[in-house]
Amino acid sequence: MSPVPLENLVIDGRDAGLFRVHRSVFTDPRILDLEQRRVFEQCWIYAGHASEVPRPGDFLTRRVAGRPMILARGDDGAVRGLLNTCTHRGAQVCREACGNTKTFQCFYHGWTFDTRGRLVGVPGEDAYSPAFDRQELALASPPRVEVYRDFVFVSFNPTIQPLVGYLAGAKEYLDLVCDQSEVGMEIVAGTQAYSMRANWKLLVENSIDGYHARTTHQRYLEFLVETGVDPARARGRRAGFGKALGNGHAVIDNEAPFGRPIARWEPRFGEAKRAELEAIHQKMVARFGAEWARRITQTSRNLLIFPNLIINDIMAITVRTFFPVAPDYIEINAWALAPRDETADNRALRLDNFLTFLGPGGFATPDDVEALESCQQGFANREVQYSDISRGMKRSEPLIDDELQMRAFWRQWHALMRGSPLAEVPVDHAMAAER
Amino acid sequence: MRTTSPVHEITRAEVEEFLYEEAALLDAWRLREWLELLTEDVRYEVPSTDAPEGDARTSLFLVADDFERIRSRVNQLLGKTAWAEHPRSRTRRLITNVRILDSNGDAMGVTANFVVYRMRMAHVDTYIGHYEYTLVRRDGALRIRRRRAILDLEALRPHGKVSIIL
Repeated sequence: MSPVPLENLVIDGRDAGLFRVHRSVFTDPRILDLEQRRVFEQCWIYAGHASEVPRPGDFLTRRVAGRPMILARGDDGAVRGLLNTCTHRGAQVCREACGNTKTFQCFYHGWTFDTRGRLVGVPGEDAYSPAFDRQELALASPPRVEVYRDFVFVSFNPTIQPLVGYLAGAKEYLDLVCDQSEVGMEIVAGTQAYSMRANWKLLVENSIDGYHARTTHQRYLEFLVETGVDPARARGRRAGFGKALGNGHAVIDNEAPFGRPIARWEPRFGEAKRAELEAIHQKMVARFGAEWARRITQTSRNLLIFPNLIINDIMAITVRTFFPVAPDYIEINAWALAPRDETADNRALRLDNFLTFLGPGGFATPDDVEALESCQQGFANREVQYSDISRGMKRSEPLIDDELQMRAFWRQWHALMRGSPLAEVPVDHAMAAER
Repeated sequence: MRTTSPVHEITRAEVEEFLYEEAALLDAWRLREWLELLTEDVRYEVPSTDAPEGDARTSLFLVADDFERIRSRVNQLLGKTAWAEHPRSRTRRLITNVRILDSNGDAMGVTANFVVYRMRMAHVDTYIGHYEYTLVRRDGALRIRRRRAILDLEALRPHGKVSIIL
């Protein structure tokens, strides 16, 4: 079967109000190969959070965009992304998940690198010619590494615009998350490392999908009612909207039906917490004014930073990133993000609230995994060529259960896949009104 | 007045029998009967794979349930909208290497190794790890006050979920 021409993978019928995505984008290994080059190697990609390596010498290892990488804080205090391969013959110089060190020593021949990646030790160095240059044999780094409010991103595209410009309208939503602490946010210990037998873009869609909650997550909504949340609030249509944020970033922004540790009380938290959460809210009002404080504490947001970082600031905050291993298999890492200065009690409340919904043992995420794996299975029916993502396309103000935010992702994805250099995709490409 | 009565010395055979019965109830989806094995102050926990020694108040877990949460979990699993388990998976639990670590009359610490197979939709997922139990006697019968399933897996891959009671 010949591949579908790239221009037909996404059909953006703005006049008719129809938006279709060809299902080969979820199944064809050639598409995945092209995505590696045109999406994952072109964009800013989230690598980790500075709080994961708080002290000089702290490091962790993880795969980022398919690369085994070391995230290390050097003895100079700077956070770096180092490509975890010895510049001598290739072995991984760091084989621990995390820790603190002065050096990374390759166990194969003993070459040693410092925490900035510089080559500082070569056994029997006198055997090399004068042309042998330690400096050029430092551990390699991605061409670009930048940090926005402790979120560390790398890019394999040396000419990409600075991170803060790339974030475009997503910056405002990231600020709503980061402003929840005066001293900074931190990743909590414990990684939910899981997977899905489904294409990575299905998880992008699902993470910013306000339409599926009432069916896929019926049991969670009933759990809310069981634990004292007003049934109208749990089951009713939520006030909120989807929004394209430029560069393929998107959000659904809405009034939370659930309690939020910062700082929206619900009955399950217990009467004793009510005044305390209100005090946190009032502190936000004093710091930021009523409107920004209201958005921080009373609204929730499911944020996509293109292409594969999800920050869902809902009943707790999850930072979730994922990489394709195959067209029908992804590896997912999810963490809890929390204010560094919250009380031990509120931290416990936050983590408990997190687990009601989120993660592979929660009351919602397993059903998302199930839904996406079911989609992937369904795609074997190649006779059905397209998925429909048209919902709300002709509506003047997109609602929370419309699909505008997904179309924002797909438009950016499609532009990049057709070979548009990132710099030539206008920031407001996906922000253009659909009506 | 508290009297000290001679404590019935628990045997490993008795603990094994209890754990095998529990596994049989879970494999048979007799979850309401399983609930009756738990004390009101029970904790059921599955730590994240990179924080096996963690505390659920300070580390992100996969599951950290009190009794109310477990009861809700069971009701959901027996209902029709826990899609990850509807239709239900088949499971088979192998419980082995049972050890009584300590016993102070009222409560005893028990560990056991487990392999839990979950069969569903043409996949077999294997959960490997060990349990830490605190068992207590209530009206002459053993009950579970703490049940922690600690996975040896480095990640929940390719499982993707812990949708059953592990």
